[in-house]
Amino acid sequence: MYVYDDFDRRFVAARVEQFRDQVARRLSGELTEEQFRPLRLMNGVYLQLHSYMLRVAIPYGTLSSTQLRRLARIARTHDRGYGHFTTRQNIQFNWPSLEKIPGILAELAEVEMHAIQTSGNCIRSITSDHFAGASADEVVDPRPYAEILRQWSSVHPEFGFLPRKFKIAITGAVQDRAAIRVHDVGLRVVRRDDGEIGFTVFVGGGLGRSPFLAWELRNFLPEKDLLAYVEAILRVYNLYGRRDNKYKARIKILMHEAGFETVRDEVEAEFARIRGRALELPAADVARIARRFALPALAGRPAVSVVEAAAAAADPAFARFVATNVTPHKVTGHASLTISLKPVGGVPGDATADQMDLVADLAERHAFGEIRVGHRQNLILPHVARDDLPAIHAALAAAGLATANAGLAGDTITCPGLDFCALANARSIPVAKKISHRFADPARADEIGPIDIKISGCINACGHHHVGAIGILGVDRKGEEFYQITVGGSAGDDARLGDIAGPGFRPHRVTDAVETVIDTWLDHRVAPSESFVDTYRRVGLAPFREALAALAR
Amino acid sequence: MQIVTANRLVDGRVVFRTAAGHWSETLAAALLLDAADVSAALAASAADVAARRIVAPYAVEVTLTSSGPVPKTVRERIRAGGPTSGSETLAPTRPARAA
Repeated sequence: MYVYDDFDRRFVAARVEQFRDQVARRLSGELTEEQFRPLRLMNGVYLQLHSYMLRVAIPYGTLSSTQLRRLARIARTHDRGYGHFTTRQNIQFNWPSLEKIPGILAELAEVEMHAIQTSGNCIRSITSDHFAGASADEVVDPRPYAEILRQWSSVHPEFGFLPRKFKIAITGAVQDRAAIRVHDVGLRVVRRDDGEIGFTVFVGGGLGRSPFLAWELRNFLPEKDLLAYVEAILRVYNLYGRRDNKYKARIKILMHEAGFETVRDEVEAEFARIRGRALELPAADVARIARRFALPALAGRPAVSVVEAAAAAADPAFARFVATNVTPHKVTGHASLTISLKPVGGVPGDATADQMDLVADLAERHAFGEIRVGHRQNLILPHVARDDLPAIHAALAAAGLATANAGLAGDTITCPGLDFCALANARSIPVAKKISHRFADPARADEIGPIDIKISGCINACGHHHVGAIGILGVDRKGEEFYQITVGGSAGDDARLGDIAGPGFRPHRVTDAVETVIDTWLDHRVAPSESFVDTYRRVGLAPFREALAALAR
Repeated sequence: MQIVTANRLVDGRVVFRTAAGHWSETLAAALLLDAADVSAALAASAADVAARRIVAPYAVEVTLTSSGPVPKTVRERIRAGGPTSGSETLAPTRPARAA
């Protein structure tokens, strides 16, 4: 994992003291709310429905046991005993008092964490594949580049007042698990046939009120040009992005209105001007940072674990857990393990302080002290020996963390919704809870197989509903909650935006609507291995729209 | 009928303007206003913004019931009553404090 150097430590400590002073000036009246708002947002502090909310960055979703324990301590001593992991691989505390937040930030700085640029019109925390450095299908580990982008973008003097927020995601695997096509900049690290490393660069993706899939701006960008090219993109956006209307201020709208070719030509012109100078990545620096992300010394083990096989034969619950929550590792005899934060009837993405401590302990004992946060709001132990899976499963089960549903119907992406969020129009969490109950039966969940159900409480789409196989969007209809269903979306390599599938539903009918869509899919799919999106591409919207119309009658 | 609500500056908690001109976390303590009185209440609230007690005051439509005022929109009902489905019950809450 990355470890702060002296510069990083001084930098973060200085930002904490700066914010401490800003909070003091706000509480003394020296700063008005209008003056303070952009300052608090740059430090991850929102004013939500019931309280302030603090969003802490977990850059590219990577945490150490020490850091996770610190998050648990903050949840316990300064909040209400839990934290909420988000689709941007961050954690949110829902109840901090403003006067305590500088102290919380100081506690975070002690373990090399911060909340810088988790909000505001700046380059946000960089997200990545939660299996980075571990997965069997990885081509190049994206984390060193994510860290380089983090350092470059942190308090970048030119990009602190962008037209709107700017999100960068990066993957280095064959399968895109970082949703790079729905980010302002999506990067895929690739290795050419001649061995040279570079990036395929996507620009202008995003969800929200005007969803777009990103355009491919560059098929192969040499490694050394990463920062110069991304800086060129940001400069063009900063110059031409709209500032007259916040709903039209993202780079996707610039791409849409000015045209892909125009933006590409501007970016290439700026890149030609600045490339090969101060922003060129020295190979030695890349190598130095990459060493921080070296694979732990995983002992050689046989491909088939006798211990695991015996446990699976004796315990159907464990066998099921392995089938759903364990992913192949690049090193034989090892695996990555997904800890679902979607228990039946639970709040998606929430973990109590005790659960965080337990995961930190398990990571220390079995996984080299490393934990990941995935954009699907689960935790991951990236490097575990298959021999250790039974012991880890038993410990997780005792803490209510062994739900075997990763990637299945119960594993929804769910925004906080109107239970917490000041922007929301409708609740998301109760919808997710009901769905998790409906599909809790393992036989039923297995019959259905993998499916992405994504729930947003408003058009801002924090729950990624546009790219859910089934998307649920909460809307306000005359002060009451209503839910619109979209179908056929995907965030991965076959990225596509879902289509609206008919009428809206009242809260008590949403689970029926979801089940109707699923049953329609099961009726039409040619084999259990056919994904929802593959079926959808084949049969189109009509059968789903008709089934939902029948339900609505 | 309407009431005036805001968030308390120091901790962000939801508060309601009372007849005495204070800010209470209890919805039932909110001063009920006729439409004609709302702008005066908001003007008085603006003074409390300047005095660093609250932020972002605004008026909310309510229906008067036997158990007190109930906001007309689901958003304001949740805002007044707290999260309906969060993890708060997993851990004890701390006592509230006055503005």
